[in-house]
Amino acid sequence: MSAKVTVRKFDAVIVGAGGAGLRAAIQLSEAGLKTAVITKVFPTRSHTVAAQGGVAASLGNSEEDHWHWHMYDTVKGSDWLGDQDAIEFMCRKANECVIELEHYGMPFDRTDNGRIYQRPFGGHMSNFGEKPVRRSCAAADRTGHAMLHAMYQRNVKANTQFFVEWMALDLIRDAEGEVLGVTAMEMETGEIYAFHSKATIFATGGAGRIYYSSTNAFINTGDGVGMAARAGIPLEDMEFWQFHPTGVAGAGVLITEGVRGEGGILRNANKERFMERYAPNAKDLASRDVVSRAMVTEINEGRGCGPNKDFVYLDITHLDPATIMKRLPGIHEIGIQFAGVDCLREMLPVVPTCHYQMGGIPTNYHGQVVVPGKRTQNEIVPGFFAAGECACASVHGANRLGTNSLLDLLVFGKSAGETAVDELKKSPKSHKELPADAFDRTLARLNRLDTQKDGSNVHESRLDMQRSMQKHAGVFRFDKLLKEGVQKILEVQKDVEKTEIKDKSKVFNTARIEALELDNLIEVAVATMVSAEARKESRGAHVRDDAPDTPERPNGRDDANWLKHSLWYKEGNRLDYKSVNLRPLSVDTIALKTRAY
Amino acid sequence: MTTRTLQFKIYRYDPDTDQKPYMQDISVEIDATDRKLLDALVKLKAKDDAIAFRRSCREGVCGSDALNINGRNGLACLTDIASFPEGKPIVLRPLPGLPVIRDLIVDMTQFFKQYHSIKPYLINNDPPPERERLQSPEEREELNGLYECILCACCSTSCPSFWWNPDKFVGPAGLLAAYRFIADTRDQATSERLDNLEDPYRLFRCHTIMNCVDVCPKGLNPTKAIGKIKDMMVQRAI
Repeated sequence: MSAKVTVRKFDAVIVGAGGAGLRAAIQLSEAGLKTAVITKVFPTRSHTVAAQGGVAASLGNSEEDHWHWHMYDTVKGSDWLGDQDAIEFMCRKANECVIELEHYGMPFDRTDNGRIYQRPFGGHMSNFGEKPVRRSCAAADRTGHAMLHAMYQRNVKANTQFFVEWMALDLIRDAEGEVLGVTAMEMETGEIYAFHSKATIFATGGAGRIYYSSTNAFINTGDGVGMAARAGIPLEDMEFWQFHPTGVAGAGVLITEGVRGEGGILRNANKERFMERYAPNAKDLASRDVVSRAMVTEINEGRGCGPNKDFVYLDITHLDPATIMKRLPGIHEIGIQFAGVDCLREMLPVVPTCHYQMGGIPTNYHGQVVVPGKRTQNEIVPGFFAAGECACASVHGANRLGTNSLLDLLVFGKSAGETAVDELKKSPKSHKELPADAFDRTLARLNRLDTQKDGSNVHESRLDMQRSMQKHAGVFRFDKLLKEGVQKILEVQKDVEKTEIKDKSKVFNTARIEALELDNLIEVAVATMVSAEARKESRGAHVRDDAPDTPERPNGRDDANWLKHSLWYKEGNRLDYKSVNLRPLSVDTIALKTRAY
Repeated sequence: MTTRTLQFKIYRYDPDTDQKPYMQDISVEIDATDRKLLDALVKLKAKDDAIAFRRSCREGVCGSDALNINGRNGLACLTDIASFPEGKPIVLRPLPGLPVIRDLIVDMTQFFKQYHSIKPYLINNDPPPERERLQSPEEREELNGLYECILCACCSTSCPSFWWNPDKFVGPAGLLAAYRFIADTRDQATSERLDNLEDPYRLFRCHTIMNCVDVCPKGLNPTKAIGKIKDMMVQRAI
C-alpha cells in the first residue's frame, strides 16, 4: 500500500451521515460553509433508517404534555446518571426540532385534526410519572426511515458535499490537543486522504456489533468512538448498554416498543401478563432496562416459551387488524420475514437484544467534546464535536428511554452544527498547520494489516469478542464473570492487534474495511468490560449480583459512592470519574429518588 | 446442529487482479439458523474474505444488499434460503445495467443522479408556520406506497428502458420519488415537477413492462405512480 496521502481542506468535516450527521450538515451547508460529509455507506443506508417507533416531543397533540414532564421522565429513566442541563436542553428543543422535520417534508402520521400523530412509549408519562402519555411522534413504524430520507433530501436541496463510501480512519490532533480533521480511505480505490478542517464533527453512531446478539446493522462498529479513544479522548459511561426487550428471538431484528405503545402485551409460557408483577403502574410500558430484566428473570425461572424455554411472547392478536396494518405494517412484515409468524393471528417470539450504546465521546450540550483538564473536569477540545449515539452529552445516563435516541440526534446534531457555525463565523481563522506526524497512526495501521504474517482471522476474532461480551457483560452482570471478562477481552484484543487479511486488492476491499472496523469495535469492547467490572453498584442497564436491592440501597443503586460518570482511557487502560451535573438550566434539580414504574 | 451445503455460482471481478469477469463455483456449509441468503453470504465471506458485496441493516430497510439472484433482482437479507430449489447452484450476479466496481458491487452513480434529478425534497416557499403544516389523515394516506422506497435500485436495474437509456430515462425509483412529492399536499411545485418530466425520455420511456413492480422488495408499485404522473400530464394538456 502506497504511503501517499492527499490533503483536502474544508471549513468543516462531518464523519457519518446518519441522523446526527445529516442534521449537523444541514446547519453547516445552509450557513454556506465549505463542508465535507464522509460516510462509509450511502446516507440513507445509515442505521437511523431502522428506527421504528417514533421521536419524543411534548407537542401535546392528543393530550396535555409539557417538556418539564419529559425532562423528569428522562432523568428518572437515566437512573439519575444523566446530566440535567443537557436533559433540560434536549426536552425544551424537542418541539422545535420535530416541527423543523415536518417542514422538511417528513411524512408523519396524522391525527384527525391534521397534526402529527403521537403514541405512548415506555417510561414517558404525564405529570411527573403519573400515567403513560402520547409523546412519540411517529410515521407508522418506519419513523427512522422517514426521518433519514427527509434529512437526506434536505441536504440534497442544500447542496451538501458527500464523500460516499469513504471510511474515516483516524483523528488528527496536534501537540496542543486541537483536532484538525481526519484521515480517510476512499473505498473504491483504496487511496488515503486527509480532510484538513477547522471543525470536525463525529456522528458515527454506536457499536452494538460488539455483542453477539444485536439489533444493530453490520456497519455499527463504533468507528468514531474507536478513533477518539486512539487519539487520547476518554470514553464516558461505556458500561451502560441498552438491551431492547423485543428483538426477534434468534434473528435479533428489532420489534419496536411502539407495538406495546399500541397495546401489545408480553406473555410468559403460562400466557401470563408478567409485567404486572414487575411494574404495576406502567406494566408493559415500563422503561426498557426494567422490562428486559423482567423477561430474563421469567426465562431464568423456567417460564420461558418454546421448546428451549428461551424467549417470551409479544402478543398483539387482540388488537384490531386494521390498526396493526395502519400503525405497525413494518412489524407485520418483520414477523413474517424473520419469525415466520403472522402477528395478526400469532404471538411474536422475542428476547432482550443489544440495541443502544448510552455512553460515548464526552460532550457538553453544545455538542463540543469535553475532557478533564487542569482547571475543570469539562474542558473543551478545540475543533472537535460529537453528536448522536457516538456521543455522551449525557442525556441517557444509565438507561435511555425509547424515542429519545431520534430526539438526541436531532437536537445535538443541530446543536453541534450551530456551535461549529458560530465559531467559524464569529472568529474566522485559517487552517492551523498539520503536525508532521498527522498520518503516522493511520499509515502504521494500514501497513501492519497489509504485511501481517501468521496473524489471526478477522471473522474469528470478531466472534470471540462478541461471544465474550454476550457472556460476561449481558443483561445481568456477575462480579466473577466480569473479572474473567476483562481478562478474556484483553486476550481478544491481542488477536485483533495481529489480524491478517488474504485480500490485498486496492479496489473496494471489504476485508480490509472489516479489519479496520474491528480495530474500533475492540476499543469499545474493552472500555465496556473494564468500566462495567469497576462499577460496584446497580444502576439503570448495569445490574450486578453483588449490588442487590436492599432497603439502604434500593435497586442496588449506591449514590454515595457511584453517582458519577466513568471515563475510560485507552492509554494505560485506566479509569477516571467525573461528577454528574444535577443542575438544570432553568428549573429545580430533579431530586434523587428510588426508581419504580 | 444440522448443517447443509449450499452451492453457488458467483460473479467475480477484481479489476486490480482480473483480466475479465468470471463465474466462480463455490459452496458453503450453513446451519439451521441461517434463514436468509445474506446469512449464507456472510459465511462465504468468512471462508473467502475477498468476495465483495454490500450489506448493512440485514432487515430490508437500508437497501444495501440488492443483487441479481437466480436471474431476478432482490435483497439478499430478505431472500429465504428455503426458497432455492435443491440440487441447483444459486447464481449470484451484480445488479444488471450498472457498471461493476468489483464482484457484486455496482457503481450506483447513474441511479442516484436520476433520483437527484427529480428534486427529491419538499418545495414550499411559504414562510414556515410556528407549528406543523396541517395534513389530514386521508391526504397523508396518499403518500403510502411512495415514501417507503429504500433506494435499493432493484426496480430501475430490472427495467429494460433504464438499461437502454440510464442517462435519459429517470427510471422507476426516481419517478416513484417524483410522484411522492407531487402527491404531497404540502408541496407547491407540482407544475414545475411535471415540466421537469415533460420529455420524450425522462417519463415517457416507461412502457409499463412492470418488471419494477415484480421485483420491488418493499411491495411498492412504481408503474402505478408513473401512470398517475402520465395522467396529470394529459390532464394539464387538455
